[in-house]
Amino acid sequence: MENLKQILADALNAVAASESEAALDDVRVHYLGKKGALTALLKQLGNVSAEDRPKFGQLVNEAKGQVQEKITEHKAQLTKAALNAKLSSETIDISLSGKGQDIGGLHPVTRTMERIETFFRGIGFDVAAGPEIEDDYHNFEALNIPAHHPARAMQDTFYFNPNTVLRTHTSPVQVRTMETTQPPIRIICPGRVYRCDSDQTHTPMFHQVEGLLIDENISFADLKGILQQFLNVFFEDDLKVRFRPSYFPFTEPSIEVDIMRTNSKGEESWLEVLGCGMVHPKVLEMSGIDSEKYTGFAFGMGVERFAMLRYKVDDLRMFFENDLRFLKQFK
Amino acid sequence: MKISENWLREWVNPSISSDDLVAQITLAGLEVDEVLPVASAFSGVVVGEIISAEQHPNADKLRVCQVTDGQEMFQVVCGAPNARVGIKIPFAKIGAVLGADFKIKKAKLRQVESFGMLCSASELGLSDDHDGIMELPLSAQTGDDFRTYLDLDDKIIDVDLTPNRSDCLSLAGLAREVGVLNKTDVTPVDVQPASVTIEDVFPVRIDAKEACPRYLGRVIRGVNVTAETPLWMVEKLRRSGIRSIDPIVDITNFVMLELGQPMHAFDLTNLSGAVVVRMAQRDEKIVLLDGQTVALREDTLVIADEKMPLAIAGVMGGEGSGVSAETQDIFLESAFFAPLALAGKARSYGLHTDASHRYERGVDATLQEKAMERATALIVAIAGGQVGPIASQQSDEDLPQAAVVTLRRKKLDQYLALSIESELVTDILTRLGLEMLEVSDDTWVTKAPSHRFDIAIEADLIEEVARIYGYDNLPSSMPQAAVNFTPLSEAKSQIQVLRSILVSQGYQEAVTYSFIDPNLSKQFLPNIEPVPLANPISADMGVMRPSLVPGLVKAYLYNQNRQQSRVRLFETGRRFIGSVDALAELDQQQQIAGLIAGTRHSEAWYHNNEKVDFYDLKAHVEALFELNEGGKPTYERSECEYLHPGRSADVYVGGQFVGLMGELHPQLSKALGANQPIYVFDIALEAVLNARLPEYKSVSRFPEVRRDLALLVDRDVPVSALESVITEAAGEAFSKVLVFDIYQGQGIDESKKSVALGLTWQHPSHTLSDEEVNNSVEHIVAALSEHLGAVVRG
Repeated sequence: MENLKQILADALNAVAASESEAALDDVRVHYLGKKGALTALLKQLGNVSAEDRPKFGQLVNEAKGQVQEKITEHKAQLTKAALNAKLSSETIDISLSGKGQDIGGLHPVTRTMERIETFFRGIGFDVAAGPEIEDDYHNFEALNIPAHHPARAMQDTFYFNPNTVLRTHTSPVQVRTMETTQPPIRIICPGRVYRCDSDQTHTPMFHQVEGLLIDENISFADLKGILQQFLNVFFEDDLKVRFRPSYFPFTEPSIEVDIMRTNSKGEESWLEVLGCGMVHPKVLEMSGIDSEKYTGFAFGMGVERFAMLRYKVDDLRMFFENDLRFLKQFK
Repeated sequence: MKISENWLREWVNPSISSDDLVAQITLAGLEVDEVLPVASAFSGVVVGEIISAEQHPNADKLRVCQVTDGQEMFQVVCGAPNARVGIKIPFAKIGAVLGADFKIKKAKLRQVESFGMLCSASELGLSDDHDGIMELPLSAQTGDDFRTYLDLDDKIIDVDLTPNRSDCLSLAGLAREVGVLNKTDVTPVDVQPASVTIEDVFPVRIDAKEACPRYLGRVIRGVNVTAETPLWMVEKLRRSGIRSIDPIVDITNFVMLELGQPMHAFDLTNLSGAVVVRMAQRDEKIVLLDGQTVALREDTLVIADEKMPLAIAGVMGGEGSGVSAETQDIFLESAFFAPLALAGKARSYGLHTDASHRYERGVDATLQEKAMERATALIVAIAGGQVGPIASQQSDEDLPQAAVVTLRRKKLDQYLALSIESELVTDILTRLGLEMLEVSDDTWVTKAPSHRFDIAIEADLIEEVARIYGYDNLPSSMPQAAVNFTPLSEAKSQIQVLRSILVSQGYQEAVTYSFIDPNLSKQFLPNIEPVPLANPISADMGVMRPSLVPGLVKAYLYNQNRQQSRVRLFETGRRFIGSVDALAELDQQQQIAGLIAGTRHSEAWYHNNEKVDFYDLKAHVEALFELNEGGKPTYERSECEYLHPGRSADVYVGGQFVGLMGELHPQLSKALGANQPIYVFDIALEAVLNARLPEYKSVSRFPEVRRDLALLVDRDVPVSALESVITEAAGEAFSKVLVFDIYQGQGIDESKKSVALGLTWQHPSHTLSDEEVNNSVEHIVAALSEHLGAVVRG
């Protein structure tokens, strides 16, 4: 009996001390195998008195069960520890960068233009495009700007010959649309435009989005409504906006739109962002639209101006230097 | 136009602040650019007089002056060379403040005490003139406060007038407008005909009546050109940005500012025979007031005498005929020139003057006599002289006629989406000076005043009503028009999709100028004559780009020079090929172009910084065509001058050339200073915008079979040829071929390469048997051998 206790204690200690599956197996064979120590005790059962025999047999079997259970348990622990050790050895630095291409980005002018387009597409405007080398008629004459009109001095024009220019605005696209389409007309014309001017605040090329809406009963109120909405949507702000009389040869009345800006010192000031107006009856007539039946409005905005306000760019010229350190800021 | 607020208020003085006045006229369409003080905000400066001026004992350049303010004597040390006995000067006494941190205190200069400062004009913010102390007229009252003396509590209002509002290019015009806006009376200057004291008339003849419908001239004898222009006039001129010259010139400028009529004075002794208003003869020479000699054109109106042209009409006078220090007798001109006759002329000679600015935009055609009388009265008062009668020539039929314009209630309401009361409409129009010829319930028949020659059609009247009513007071709404949506085309790729394909490959979008250096254009495309600009901003922006590539390469170089060696840029935009003489045929096609250079990936821990090559670029080009209707493009060797002949391709879709791609020619690359290979593509945007509308085909449920083939083939056989022979020979169940290895070099014939191909079959309706696949492979191998001499490697 004493012997059994001692053997059981030894066996359990041996299981706990096993550091590998192989060692554990040796322990199992040593105690539970055919020639194992506990198995040997059962073989000595004949030497035990008949009276004690059942009790002794039960105790030995319990001891065997106890050892087997410990072995299973310890084996599971060893497997888990081995897996953990393996996984641990596979640990990597998760702070390193990912593999593959960095993504690039759109030019801020394109981003801005797409933002403007999204608003106007959403309210039923189509996008129209046209040539950049234009004839004098479409760039000026058809817009009520005859030769030597003082307004031509407002726009320094690039010429190829006396009759051919780089468009100074995208308005010729509006003219071309009016020539070929009868109202209702709802278009915006985004694109490059050119003026012979280069300094801190002017580049010889820049971008405009102009719009045109012609239908029956279009009024000044519609113009105010759409542009106020547009500005609020574009700037994601409930802006203070004012409409101020101005002059463009192709609109009558003509309007400039100012928004209220607040600088870092909290000072407010008006900033001009849009030109617009009711399309001049002569402009409609010249393109074959009945100005008695139809009215309409047109508007135009400088994309760079909007991009500068939106992205806080303070140097216009950065837009055309294509410096990656600038471009990469617009992802 | 710059104008003094105090002067404006002499004419019309509404009880509103300066700020409100400025906001008011801005909102009426007369945009105020800026408001400036007429002098800096100094105080404690009085009119002083120098009583004595002695050499400073210890300094060569300083003087010790005794200055009086009329009551006391002050010792002042002064460094100005013109500090001398007897002159009157602005004197800043102890305690005077000239600027935020500039308070005048008692001082000691080289051991001599000084009590105050004698000021220059620039120290008082009056002008940039800091050549010595400012000298005042001797009539100035010693001891008077200097601000009061010069009326310096005033502002300069700078109005940026639109070309249609030349009626406001004068004090009288601005005052008229302010009067209308405030319903306030305007007090115009009282102009009376001058008393004629001599009979002298110098003859005037108009040969160009259409260009000059009215010309008034007057002889004034015995004027004193050395008389001093009164300070009030000098100051008004100064506040409008005009320098005082002599009393006659000052008065003609003053009348132009006051009434809006440009005038000119000739020295009578320099006139020969008669004043003739005529068109110039070709190449006739004139020396202008600014000293330059100009050869005139026949479209230019001149004021001449019987010998030669004296002035370009309405633009600038000639050097020899104007008023000089010796002038005693003058011939004063007040004329109306037709805007169309003068439009663009000043600019065409590189000139721009206050007179040409007004005449081009239009001068009130009824103003000439009034201006003549006003100027005469001022000349007599300031410079004296005997006045002759006005010699007047005019052509009634060529003078502008006041427009009769009808405004209909219906149109007014429709334009403004508001019905403004009839009384208010009538009131606004009347206040603006329109004559009501006929007013009924639904129409106003009006006649525009002579100064509002911009009013010609109904829309002009609607604008006037809206403007005075206030744009901000008009309603705002969203248009209620029926919306017609155009079908959403799916067969047109959105350009946004193409852009994002490139962006996800690491490209940054660039925007380069559409005009480039003609030399750069020649370097890239020697056989294309680029379209030249007649007036480029600079020589290196002289021609329209025939390709987007040179601009992108320039952008690359810009970045290379700023230590940015890994560059991926793309741009969309037009290129220009052809001639403006055949504008309709000029190619202004939209292109999408890109450039890559440097390492394949940004420098990082996981790769060896391999540089990009042709095939990186090709993947990007292929990606652009991925959505394309025409399927995969084909690639042919390119002969483009600016590309590497062995590493470049022309891109075709459906047999049409649509663009090209490849490595920039190493020689060009080197010449431009690039320090690594550059790869570019340039493709017609139209070619990649034709999207394919996806159409579902059922997915086979049966397994794929793959076989690999290693072939030996001549090096110059392109893989595309292998692919097409294989596809042709493989039979119906063949699905695709891919290349998984290319080898040339040791172990195989020098003229050969080894190509390893993976072939895949899949049948839509049954599992392929080995026999079927083997058959297909046999066909393929035979065809490869027959057409391309390819041999299967053992």
